[in-house]
Amino acid sequence: MNLKKKNNRAWFLVLPVVVVVAFTAIIPLMTVANYSVQDIFSPTNRLYMGLDFFRQIATDPAIIAAFQRNLVFSTQILAIEIPLGIIIAKLMPRHGWKAAAALVIVAIPLIIPWNVVGTTWRVLARPDVGLLGVAINQFREFDIGNTPADAWFTMVLMDVWHWTPLVALLVYAGLRAIPDAYYQAASIDGASAMSVFRFVELPKLRRVLMIALLLRFMDSFMIYAEPYILTGGGPGTSTEVMSILLVVIAVIQFDLGKAAAFSLIYFLVIQIFSFIFFTVLTLDERPGATKKRNRTAESARDDVARAIGGSR
Amino acid sequence: MATIRLENVAHSYDGGETYALKEFSMTWEDGKAYALLGPSGCGKTTLLNLMSGIVTPSQGRIYLDDVDITDKPTEQRNIAQVFQFPVLYDTMTVRRNLEFPLKNRKVPPERIEERVNYIAELLGLEDQLDVRPAKLRSDLQQIVSLGRGLVREDVAAILFDEPLTVIDQNFKWTLRTRLKRLHLATGVTLVYVTHDQTEALTFADDVLLMNDGEVVQVGSAEDLFLKPSHEFSGYFIGSPGMNFLDVTVDAGVVSSDGQHLGLATDASLSGAMRLGVRPEFVEPVTRGGVDMTVTKVENHGSFQIAQVSFGGHSLMAKVDSDIFVEVGQKRPFHFDSERTFLFQNKKAVSTVDTGSTKESR
Repeated sequence: MNLKKKNNRAWFLVLPVVVVVAFTAIIPLMTVANYSVQDIFSPTNRLYMGLDFFRQIATDPAIIAAFQRNLVFSTQILAIEIPLGIIIAKLMPRHGWKAAAALVIVAIPLIIPWNVVGTTWRVLARPDVGLLGVAINQFREFDIGNTPADAWFTMVLMDVWHWTPLVALLVYAGLRAIPDAYYQAASIDGASAMSVFRFVELPKLRRVLMIALLLRFMDSFMIYAEPYILTGGGPGTSTEVMSILLVVIAVIQFDLGKAAAFSLIYFLVIQIFSFIFFTVLTLDERPGATKKRNRTAESARDDVARAIGGSR
Repeated sequence: MATIRLENVAHSYDGGETYALKEFSMTWEDGKAYALLGPSGCGKTTLLNLMSGIVTPSQGRIYLDDVDITDKPTEQRNIAQVFQFPVLYDTMTVRRNLEFPLKNRKVPPERIEERVNYIAELLGLEDQLDVRPAKLRSDLQQIVSLGRGLVREDVAAILFDEPLTVIDQNFKWTLRTRLKRLHLATGVTLVYVTHDQTEALTFADDVLLMNDGEVVQVGSAEDLFLKPSHEFSGYFIGSPGMNFLDVTVDAGVVSSDGQHLGLATDASLSGAMRLGVRPEFVEPVTRGGVDMTVTKVENHGSFQIAQVSFGGHSLMAKVDSDIFVEVGQKRPFHFDSERTFLFQNKKAVSTVDTGSTKESR
């Protein structure tokens, strides 16, 4: 047995981090967890509820409907923004002042605050004076205030306008990082433009696209300010996403316990989805998945070493 | 297989202000191995890219077996290129990587399979065909990218752009041996760019030594070492490089600051020139030669590098390790007659007969 005492004082060096993380993450989260298990009537009067609020949240039809809206919304905007971002990035000039100009123009939507975007689109979509509303009205009836489909359409369009540039910029950076030699080799191999995209660019963009996908998924799942200002969740509940509903429960109904339980579930759902995305997308880069291949490579290496040894 | 001919080819990236490659003509003979050797930025890669078609020359024509290919795009040139680092399609297996150039050219599937198997066998990749290249060691990856060039039957030449840059030191030698063996087996013309003289000299039949956009000398390793036709050949090849002295030549008599150094083979020469002699050919002698003072000695084990000086000149001498030299020692050194050159405007104009003081040591 090792009787020499270990000096564990180095652990104190971690203390500052622990304190910071406690104040930024653990304590606020625990406060929410604390609220979620009791019904607070007044500072002195509270009732322990156990997991009742969680049960309520999980079975509340309004919340389930909002959750489904969130899922549909995220799926739709991802399906549009990722391909569109790639197309824009491919079309952007690569050199000179044009490249700089294109970068600035593409980045403009990204530096506009969320509620300004919401306000802008709210005005834009007005069927009486808004450019978009009036324009669509020339072809067919368009009323963001009364037609659920129109409200939904505007909400998706707004997000695409606001956030496709992020995807485009990420992909642009990814494309610029591909060495010229890959394009030259592909042209020597007689690859078509489509093959170059499929076999050179797309594989090299893999990581960048994963980041874009994760960021856009998390952000779109948490979206609040833009749809709240654009439609306030209406008409009816047609654009009511989870965050809007959460604010209604927490601030308007002032049901702190239920809101806290809802927050925790919301937070967990995003965590789980992101984790699933990440796991699936990095599946063949994980050590467990590559073990088999490594072994073949290793045995091949041995063979080569033997062959070389023999030929010497 | 074919002969590639460059006619008055030159290239400028900035519309004629500076030339990355100065005007140059050359015939690349079928089946030979060439090395383009020179320091970074000397135009070797430009020359390579002109041949592969990645860059179109500002002037001059390129012929492949008398067919003008100057304006033909890369994919129609029958030229393969291997880059500084392994360029492979990550999502494809080694087999699919090798198939790719053939598939793009609509070669029938049976023929593709036959070809891929043949090349895999030639390169010793049979066991790695179904592995993704990312799982291979870097020298094998480089072999795979070479295979992608070789797999096309019509390929006339393979161009290598410093292919050993990222290869682990231990595998450089084996990869080079494989290239050499492959060259013998296929008889395809190889053009190999490098800034490493050992690599160039051991690999190629002919070395094109380049400097500052100019091909200064074409020749075998031996030619470059023993018969430099340009000051740069003397300076760049060998370690340490050639010694140069400012000398005056008067009707063939070579002297420096009153010290007689020998007679130019061409007795009609006169004027200010540079005398060049490699450290290997500055020999310590017992009689004759030029009296010099040893100012520094570096022992390299199998030989010594002595810095010696006379009359304001300082030069290097490569001395066998069994000869005693020490700092401060005064002794005569002799320049080897056949190996001492006169350069005028950087070009070698004559050898120098330094007298027959052949009494070494």
